[in-house]
Amino acid sequence: MSDATLALALPAAGSRELVRALARRERRRHLAAVALTLPLCVFLLFTLLVPIGALLLRAVENPEVVHALPRASQALSGWDRRGLPPAATYAALATDLAKLNDRSDAGALARRLNTDVPGARSLIMGTYRALPFDAGLAAEAVRNHMLALDPRWGEPKYWHAIANNSSRWTPNYLLAALDLRRAADGGIERAEPDQRVFGRILGRTFEISAIVTLFCLALGYPLAWWLSTLPARRANVLMILVLVPFWTSILVRVAAWIVLLQSAGLVNRALMALGVIGQPLALLFNRTGVIIAMVHILLPFMILPLYSVMKAVPATYLRAAVSLGSPPLAAFFRVYVPQTLPGIGAGGLLVFILSIGYYVTPALLGGAEDQMLSYYISQYTNVDVNWGLACALGAILLVATLLLYGVYRRVVKAELSLG
Amino acid sequence: MKTSTPLLAIVAALALPVAAQTQLTVVNFGGANAAAQKKAYVEPFEKSGAAKIVSVEYNGEQAKIKAMVEAKKVVWDVVEVESPDINRGCDEGLFEKLDWSKVGSKADFQPAAVHECGIGTFVWSTVMAYNGDKLKQGPATWADFWNVKKFPGKRGMRKGARYNLEFALMADGVKPQDVYKVLATKAGADRAFRKLSQLRPNIQWWEAGAQPPQFLVAGDVVMTTAFNGRIDAAQREGRNLKISWTGGIYDLDYWVIPAGAPNKELSERFIAFASTPDAQAEYARNISYGPTNTKALAKLTPKIISQLPTSPSNAKTALRMDNKFWADQGEVLEKRFASWAAQ
Repeated sequence: MSDATLALALPAAGSRELVRALARRERRRHLAAVALTLPLCVFLLFTLLVPIGALLLRAVENPEVVHALPRASQALSGWDRRGLPPAATYAALATDLAKLNDRSDAGALARRLNTDVPGARSLIMGTYRALPFDAGLAAEAVRNHMLALDPRWGEPKYWHAIANNSSRWTPNYLLAALDLRRAADGGIERAEPDQRVFGRILGRTFEISAIVTLFCLALGYPLAWWLSTLPARRANVLMILVLVPFWTSILVRVAAWIVLLQSAGLVNRALMALGVIGQPLALLFNRTGVIIAMVHILLPFMILPLYSVMKAVPATYLRAAVSLGSPPLAAFFRVYVPQTLPGIGAGGLLVFILSIGYYVTPALLGGAEDQMLSYYISQYTNVDVNWGLACALGAILLVATLLLYGVYRRVVKAELSLG
Repeated sequence: MKTSTPLLAIVAALALPVAAQTQLTVVNFGGANAAAQKKAYVEPFEKSGAAKIVSVEYNGEQAKIKAMVEAKKVVWDVVEVESPDINRGCDEGLFEKLDWSKVGSKADFQPAAVHECGIGTFVWSTVMAYNGDKLKQGPATWADFWNVKKFPGKRGMRKGARYNLEFALMADGVKPQDVYKVLATKAGADRAFRKLSQLRPNIQWWEAGAQPPQFLVAGDVVMTTAFNGRIDAAQREGRNLKISWTGGIYDLDYWVIPAGAPNKELSERFIAFASTPDAQAEYARNISYGPTNTKALAKLTPKIISQLPTSPSNAKTALRMDNKFWADQGEVLEKRFASWAAQ
C-alpha cells in the first residue's frame, strides 16, 4: 500500500489518531518482520552459534585432572615446582586414583596427561591397575611403593604436567595450537623445534587458499565477462555447464581427477602422444593436484557473483570510453574492471574462505606436505581423540578467517555483496 | 567411502526402532574385508534366523563411539576396532567388558586375541607389495625398498608416522625385535626420521587402504606399503600383484560391544558365531587375513594358509605392532611427522 492510499483511509494529517494509527501499524509491521525471520534466527542459533560457542568452550575446558585428582591438585597448588613434590603429594595422588569409582575417569586422565607428556598414559593406567595399596601406609611408604611400581614417578615432568592441568580452565590447548607450551616453571615458552608445526600448517593453508583464489579469478573473470555479453538464452545454456560440476558430488569429482591426472592418465598420455613431454608429469598426490582440483570445485563460486555484477554494468560505458579515444585495453581496465570490483571482492572472499576449510580434496589428492589445517583438526578429533586441541585449532582458524574478513572490509570499504 | 558412513549410520538409526528385537548393527571397515565378513559371518548368521544384520562402514574413528557413549545414544551393537583403539577405549570405558563364557574358550584363541573388552577376530599385516608384471625381481628387504638405485621409481607409503618409522629403522639395519626399543629413544626416533628423509623425494603418500593396489596397477609407484588383504583382493581380480613378507608389521582387529549398546545378548551371540573355527575358516578363504581361533587353521588348505600373515614362513621376520608404545608416543610422533613433512 502506498503512502497516498494510506492517507486516504486515515483521519486528517497531524491529528493524534493518525500518529497513533501510524505507530500501531509500524509496530505490527515490525512484529510481522520479526515473526518471519524468527525461524531463521532460531535455526542459526542452534546450528551455528551454539556449536561455535561449544567449540570455543571446549578449547579452554580442562576438567579431567581436577575431576580425577582433587586432592593431588590441591596439594600441587602450593608446590614450588623445583625437584619432586613432597611425599604427601604422592599419597594424595594414590588416594585420588584409588577412589575413582569409574575406570573411564582414569582413562580420561591418562589421555589428558599423555597429550602433554608422552608416556603418561601407561604410567597412570599402570598405577591405577595396581591400586589400592594397603590401608594405613604412611606417606613415605606410599611414595616408595609408587617409585617401585614405576620409576617414572621419580621424573619431575609428569608432576609438572599434573600441576599445569590442575585447574578447570586452561590456555594449554590454545598455546599448543600456536606452537607454544607451558614450561616446567609454569611460564610460556616455544615448543621444541620438531613439535612446532601448526604455524607452518596455517601458513600453508592460507598459501594454498590464496593460490586457488587467484587461479579461480584468472579463469573465472574472462568466462563471466563473456557470459555477461551473450544474449540471455545462450548465457543460460552455458551457465548450466558451469553449474553441472557444482551439483556433482565432491568425491566423484576427486575420483575423476585421479583418473585424469595419474601418471598413465588421460592428461599425461595425451601430452606424451603430442610429444610435449617425454616422461609423465607428477600431477597427482602433490600440490599441483590439490590446486587443480580445488580450482575446479570452487570456480562456480567465483563465476556466479562476478556474472551477476557484470550483468548490471551497462555496456555503453565501455563504448563511451572507446569513442572518447581511449585504447580498448585501457578502457577495459580503467572503466570496466573497477565497476566489477564488488564481484571480484565477493567471489574472491567466498572462494578464499571456502578453501581455508578444505579437507577431503587435499587428503585424497595431496601428499603429506600438502595437508591443510582441517586435516589435522580431523586427525585430532577422530584418531587421537584430543578434542581440546581440535577445538583450539578450529578456534584459531575461525579467528584467522574473521581477521581476514575485517581486513577485506577495510581495504574494499564495502559490505560483502553477493550481487 | 567416507560419505557413505554417516548416511548408513542414519539409515541404521532410523531402521532400528522398527524391529529392535531382531536387528543387529554390525560396524566394520568396509571394502574387501566387509565382503568377506558378509559371506562368512553375516549371511550364515542371518540364515540361522537369529537376527537381521545391518552392516555399517566406518573408518576406525573412535570419536564416533565416544560421542555415542557420552550422549548415551548407542546405535551400534558390534564394532570391529583396531588394537590401539581397543586398549584406549577399554581404558576409557567406551566398551562393555566381554563375558568370555558367552563367546568362546580362551584356550582356543591366540594369546593376543584375548582381551578384557573384546575378542581378536583376524590378523592382518602391513607389508611391501609390487607389481609382478613390472618387476621380475621384487624387493626382498626394507633396505631394498629404500634402494632407489636398484629399483628406480616412486614408493607408496601411508601418510603418517605409524609403520613408516618402524620400516625406516628396519631399512637402516635394526633387527625387527629391537625396533621399538630403538624407536623409544630420542636418538632412535631421529634415526628413523633421517632414514625417512632419504627416501622422501621418492615417496607417494596414500591415505586409504584401497589406494596402494590402485597405485601399483596404474603404474604410479614401483612398490608400496599396503595392507595384505587389499593386495589379496586385487590378486583375486586377476592382477599380478606380489607381496614381500619380510619385516611386515602385523596386528589384530577385535570385536567389541560399545558401552550401553541395546542388544548385548544378541551381540554376544553374533561374536560367538563369528569366532567359531568354521566361520573364521570361511572368512580366511575369502580374504587372506589370519584366523585367531587356532582350530580354524586345520580347516584350511596349505595354499590358503601360505597367503596368511600368520603362516610360519610369512611370520618369520614379522614384527608385532607395539600398541603400548604407540598409545604413549603416538600423538607426539605423529606431530613430529607433520612437522617433518612441512619442512
